[in-house]
Amino acid sequence: MGVSLKRIPKKKYLMPGNAACPGCPETMGMRYLKMALGDNFVMVIPAGCSSVIQGIAPKSGIYSSILNIVFAAGASAAAGMKAAFEALGRDDVNVVVWAGDGGTGDIGFQALSGAAERDDDIIYICVDNEAYMNTGIQRSSLTPYGAWTTTTWKGKQEHKKNIPMILIAHGVKYVATATVGYPMDFIEKVKRASQIRGFKYIHLLAPCPVGWKFDPALTPNLGQLAVKTGLYPLYEFNQGAFRLSPIAARYKDPSKRAPIIEYLKPQGRYRHILNDPEALRRLEEYINEVWKWVAMMEKHYGAGKG
Amino acid sequence: MPVKVLTGNYAVAEAVRLARVQVVAAYPITPQTTIVEKISEMAESGLLDARVLRVESEHSALAAVYAAASAGARAFTATASHGLLYMHEVVWWAAGARIPLVMAVVTRAIGPPWNIHVDHQDIMDQRDSGWIIGIAQENQEVLDLILQAFKISEDPRVYLPVMIGLDGFILSHTSAPVNVPEQDEVDSWLPPRRQPYVITPESKIVMGNISDDEDHFMMRYSMHVAMNEAKKVIDEVDREYGEIFGRSYGGLVECYKCEDSKFNAIITGSWAGDAKEAVNMLREEGYQVGLVRIRFLRPWPRERLMELLTGVKGVIVFDRAISMGSTGILLNDVVSTLYGNGTSIRGVIAGLTGVDVKPAEMYSVIKEFIDSVEEYGFIYEPVTWLLPRKYRRIEEVAR
Repeated sequence: MGVSLKRIPKKKYLMPGNAACPGCPETMGMRYLKMALGDNFVMVIPAGCSSVIQGIAPKSGIYSSILNIVFAAGASAAAGMKAAFEALGRDDVNVVVWAGDGGTGDIGFQALSGAAERDDDIIYICVDNEAYMNTGIQRSSLTPYGAWTTTTWKGKQEHKKNIPMILIAHGVKYVATATVGYPMDFIEKVKRASQIRGFKYIHLLAPCPVGWKFDPALTPNLGQLAVKTGLYPLYEFNQGAFRLSPIAARYKDPSKRAPIIEYLKPQGRYRHILNDPEALRRLEEYINEVWKWVAMMEKHYGAGKG
Repeated sequence: MPVKVLTGNYAVAEAVRLARVQVVAAYPITPQTTIVEKISEMAESGLLDARVLRVESEHSALAAVYAAASAGARAFTATASHGLLYMHEVVWWAAGARIPLVMAVVTRAIGPPWNIHVDHQDIMDQRDSGWIIGIAQENQEVLDLILQAFKISEDPRVYLPVMIGLDGFILSHTSAPVNVPEQDEVDSWLPPRRQPYVITPESKIVMGNISDDEDHFMMRYSMHVAMNEAKKVIDEVDREYGEIFGRSYGGLVECYKCEDSKFNAIITGSWAGDAKEAVNMLREEGYQVGLVRIRFLRPWPRERLMELLTGVKGVIVFDRAISMGSTGILLNDVVSTLYGNGTSIRGVIAGLTGVDVKPAEMYSVIKEFIDSVEEYGFIYEPVTWLLPRKYRRIEEVAR
């Protein structure tokens, strides 16, 4: 299913003057989300940057119905809302969780896992900026190895938690990875997810100029570099079928990948490891690990399999 | 109106069925479990047309029903003790959002050590959150209060969530005859759901984003105003329920032989039944004593208590929960109500962590208080302890 730019709504879903920082990936992502789904959905937003970005009540910079909810309850609140819409005869309404990496992989993980296991009919989007940005750049379980944060001054010592694969292991209907660097790919995935009944999860890598310390003009470029270096493969697991997303498939071949340093260099958070061969080696190793998971999925669930 | 023999928990489930609840989410915890089991059975057999979410925690349970209620469904959950503490953050969130909602709390002690028996520490811990809090004495009242809770919560003068306490095991697992109203009677009494706003794709309502501090302050203020309005609504609903279903309880408080009394015991929950027996024993001996049962802890029935207690010589307050380092929870509110009118007051902390208190013990404690006031005049003793029998003896020996 291709998405044509012409058919994407032109409506202004995000007002200028919302509280996002310059170059914020979350407002980009939210705009794409609205482009994909139009008006027939409600959002559930647990604590995070997007709680603030909406602006000051009683106004909101986002043209959408939103239920803000406590940090750990994104998935469960969405499940409850969906149950209400079903009970009220409105099965067609999509309920979308818009949560950060903390709200997804850490404090909100129990609720997420519960909703996934119950196959609650919601779309869960993790907007992953790889740290607790809203509280001032503290590490999360999704912060990558080596990255500086205000709670890992010498760089984080552990690798990033692989949430999409953990969700696939839950046996859910749909899991995809995307980034604001490739909007059309993300929009396509959201559209596809919205047509499936059951639990859908989309991981949206969201490069954060403030927390990653890069020029705010480069947000989409960083998203693309994450894919091109092989750090962040784009894929879809759709009702038992796994496939690499076309724009990212070529990076399966290590020789096609951009050198990791191209991704690290523009980011101040990696400055202290740029000349540290051991740290760079560990990141290379991480890329290999990520692709092992992909290879395993392709082997068992790839085209023509299963 | 058919009479069924029901445990307190099954009385809750019957009320949920009669209220035509549409979304239920709950996580099992002793002694609440049989509520969830019964509701699941009702939903699966078609007796109740509700979506039941078997969530993975109490935090998720309340978040789910709160969100369901925000989207326009009549929603319900039930919990106890640690489950209630685990959902505490969402307890506040739901009240602050002014979303009508009903929760049954099967009161139970808090650990450590693990203890599944009754006290009131769990429900009292929620008292500042903005929920209306009612507490039943017996199973019939459990059914009636849960039903009434929907009407109170969804009244436009109130729009606050309501929790109803029933004592663990004493009510939850003890069977008693309960009049169960017919569905059509309830349908014509309980109006369709009303709520201040509904979150749908079309409504474009954003609930809970950051606000100006002064606006937030006024939201708090409005909750307090609604609490005061709720006092009228609770009394009204109690009266009209009595006219239709034949049972009224006195609204915010029940007055038991307190019209002519010079002394009153103040108490809440199932052990009010034991205290009533103690009052009867004392009455037989000629003591002019009565009992005031707090049916609603929030809103606190200040005006009604002032009416009932002005001119009374002394009150003795039985608390099954304590604010450590301060006083019993009810005592605190009673003292603030009676400030300046010269009533003798004694607070008694008893029955914590499931320790049973017999009517005879209450009799002795009340009698000793009355005799002391009569002998020495004004007494103010906010905290006294009725220790468990085993330890009472040790204390006597030590003395």
